[in-house]
Amino acid sequence: MGREFWAGDGFLAILCTGPRNEGGVNVESRWFMSFFKSFLVLICLTFGFASVAAAQEDIESLRPLVNALAKGKFKETEKQIGALAATGNSAVAPALEALGDGDLYARKSDGVVFIAKKAGKGYALTDPLTLEDAGEVGRRAVSKIKVNNGLRRVIRSALGSLTLQSADPEVRKTAAEAIFKAKDPDGIEALDGALAKETDDGVRLVMEQARAAAVLASDMSLEVKTAAIEVLETMGNRDALSVIVGVQNASEGELKQVADDAVRRIKKNLAMWDNAQNIWYGLSLGSVLLLAAIGLAITFGVMGVINMAHGEMVMIGAYVTFVVQEIIRSSAPWLFEYSLLIALPLAFIVSGSIGIAIERGIIRWLYGRPLETLLATWGLSLMLQQAVRSIFGPTNQEVGNPDWMSGAFELGQLTITYNRMWIIVFSLLVFAGLMLVLKKTPFGLFTRAVTQNRRMAASMGIRTPWIDAFTFGLGSGIAGIAGVALSQIDNVSPNLGQGYIIDSFMVVVFGGVGNLWGTLVGAMTLGVVNKFLEPYAGAVLGKIFVLVFIILFIQKRPRGLFALKGRAVES
Amino acid sequence: MMTSFLFRTLDAKAGVFIAILLAVIVAVPCFNLLVPETSSFHLPTYAVTLMGKYMTYALLALSVDLVWGFCGILSLGHGAFFALGGYAMGMYLMRQIGTRGVYGDPILPDFMVFLNWKELPWYWYGFDMFWFAAIMVMLVPGVLAFVFGWFAFRSRVTGVYLSIITQALTYALLLAFFRNDMGFGGNNGLTDFKDILGFDVQADTTRAGLFATSGLAVLICFLICRAITKSKLGKVLVAVRDAESRTRFLGYRVEHYKLFVWTISAMMAGIAGALYVPQVGIINPGEFAPANSIETVIWVAVGGRGTLVGAVIGAILVNFAKTWFTAALPDLWLFALGGLFVAVTLFLPKGIIGIAGDLMKKRKSTPSKETNDTSGPSATKTPDPEPAE
Repeated sequence: MGREFWAGDGFLAILCTGPRNEGGVNVESRWFMSFFKSFLVLICLTFGFASVAAAQEDIESLRPLVNALAKGKFKETEKQIGALAATGNSAVAPALEALGDGDLYARKSDGVVFIAKKAGKGYALTDPLTLEDAGEVGRRAVSKIKVNNGLRRVIRSALGSLTLQSADPEVRKTAAEAIFKAKDPDGIEALDGALAKETDDGVRLVMEQARAAAVLASDMSLEVKTAAIEVLETMGNRDALSVIVGVQNASEGELKQVADDAVRRIKKNLAMWDNAQNIWYGLSLGSVLLLAAIGLAITFGVMGVINMAHGEMVMIGAYVTFVVQEIIRSSAPWLFEYSLLIALPLAFIVSGSIGIAIERGIIRWLYGRPLETLLATWGLSLMLQQAVRSIFGPTNQEVGNPDWMSGAFELGQLTITYNRMWIIVFSLLVFAGLMLVLKKTPFGLFTRAVTQNRRMAASMGIRTPWIDAFTFGLGSGIAGIAGVALSQIDNVSPNLGQGYIIDSFMVVVFGGVGNLWGTLVGAMTLGVVNKFLEPYAGAVLGKIFVLVFIILFIQKRPRGLFALKGRAVES
Repeated sequence: MMTSFLFRTLDAKAGVFIAILLAVIVAVPCFNLLVPETSSFHLPTYAVTLMGKYMTYALLALSVDLVWGFCGILSLGHGAFFALGGYAMGMYLMRQIGTRGVYGDPILPDFMVFLNWKELPWYWYGFDMFWFAAIMVMLVPGVLAFVFGWFAFRSRVTGVYLSIITQALTYALLLAFFRNDMGFGGNNGLTDFKDILGFDVQADTTRAGLFATSGLAVLICFLICRAITKSKLGKVLVAVRDAESRTRFLGYRVEHYKLFVWTISAMMAGIAGALYVPQVGIINPGEFAPANSIETVIWVAVGGRGTLVGAVIGAILVNFAKTWFTAALPDLWLFALGGLFVAVTLFLPKGIIGIAGDLMKKRKSTPSKETNDTSGPSATKTPDPEPAE
């Protein structure tokens, strides 16, 4: 009966422990390729709109050229397309695009050209230059301007060169990237033209790479191709690799030799970046582990209290974030960017007070009986979970990312997401802050005194029960602010804490109980090891290996990586 | 000789317990099978199955009590042994389905056909025979416990550290059994059983038989635990629990004693799991969840740690409460369970049996005068060292 319910619960917890929000780069690039064409159209259209007002005069001067598209055979049409492209005015882009799609029609009565879409029995006409509505006509009033594949290619390259010389660097860049993807030799000419005028170094680079890709697809001379391979080699990513591998497979002799070398060097380079990426992901996972474990390092490591409700403190911190965001959404939306900063102190206070209450109410009666503490706090964790479930419901709550937490930037071949980066920074800040509190404040001094020798500390006038309570509160409060950070990358549900509790204990035990530096090193080591195992063993098996490794490690060093030495240990 | 040894160790309390247990084992199937359904004394089959399930939980609690109550090893991973025993039995039951599965494959279970497996993995061989499965039910948890304990006890991993790595063990197994590649049905586990030893698992008689078997298993394991704890070996175990270093200094090989009782306990848990599976009709990786193992510990704590009888009573009581709560007040169950954890550790360190013992003593001693009988029977006394720092 109830047992099956548990089963589901456990499974959810497992799901929640997995890393999230990583990878997605590949998917993106695929998306990019397949949808690129429509994207290009969109850009052309917006540019059409933008320049309409500014260049009303020019547009009317273009009309005869556009109308000329309807005259003559394919040969003449091709010439007209060339003439349109030569104007360098992006206002002609919609017309060319429509021509390629077969949507460009000429009105039979006066030979004026329109973009036409089927509407009922007739056609809805749109002016190809101003993009204004031009009414509807019957089916027989217009005739389609015919195109063939040869013309379509001409149109594509014309469009390419139009966008390549657009005023906006982003548009130029996207156009160059499109040529790279298409590896279209017809684009070389347009690129050469654009390169001559290009002023932005970033865009110039992309254009040169696109040109190199196009050159390799053409039948140009060996020297030119060798130079192109060199250009691609400096690019060094998977796209460049696939282009050169294509050359490698298709060519023979000297060129193949050059391509072979380039492929080998790029692969080596990529392997290095792969390692860098694993380390980055590992550090990112490690920072999550550190955040989850650092509060436990105080309650368990420093005080020796087994707090199984630690995960629930994290969960409460996440729910505080949720509540803060809800209030901000409903009453002060302009504060949303600062919601996390507001939630941090609140989460610390809420979780910390709950921690103090737990210590005063339950744990202080159980000092010296660690196994009983374990059971009692486990019971507490069940109650806290159920309380949150009763108040907020069992489903995941939506916690939003502020702008500065979303998005990503590229570093070499690495894609670094802002939320992961900020969490690493944040976890280190929390760690540093905690060290500072423990080493440099009177409270920290008292805490260390009480942990080292309780009776002596009491004789010196330290109120040991209050130090116990506040130390426990500190550990719980830090778990709370960890919850604020984890709400950004994990599902905020009543089970949130369950997923972290075993990992946190592993980190603390692995790093060495009673040693905060051990916790830092332990978390980062486990994170990186986990990520390096993943490509070989898969995510789940990797985690199992890590668990088994820790089990064996504890046999070898029962007191962790950085064991405390001295009298305090044996008591 | 063995039997005389077993019975010599029985005192009046254990005798009463055994008598009640035997009466239940006989009475429940009778009320289910012999009393006509129209009678108000008739016990519905679902109740028999439910009680059979409680019996397997009681057996699991007994195994935990043996290591925790008498040897001080708090295992938060006994659910792993329980589930392994359950999987061994589940594999036998899967092989019994034969061609009656959805895909009708005579050898491969449905989920393997579904995953496009061509032949049975090697570790499924032999599970079509009951005797083989029955051996595996004890052997697999036993070997795992032996290997795990051999490493852990030799390197003197004790107390909380041991608890945490037992939890890591069951968590690792949980993750492993969720994988489809493992060949144990992944997320869905093993289910849709038809026959056990040629009897239909759904039939009333089989259900009653399974209940009686579970009850007998509890009885036998109770006698074994009793024999162990009352022997000289049991005395050493208690010594290990209360002062491990001192026992070692006296010349006892502590790790050998621990390893022995730990392995026996794991095998009992395996048997409990094997009896559990045909009654509930499913085994899935959720049984490995650390939460289940921790819950088992609280059954023992409620009943009374280190009393054996208490473990059985605790398991039955808590699970009965759970059945009732989850049906009547589902939202309150976790509050009740959590509160039980806190209350028992704070106010009832000796559990129900301990309280009953104290009350009886008080009644006896009231005629004389108020004695300082705060120390319970030696078996229930928890080690009470000075504060950790």
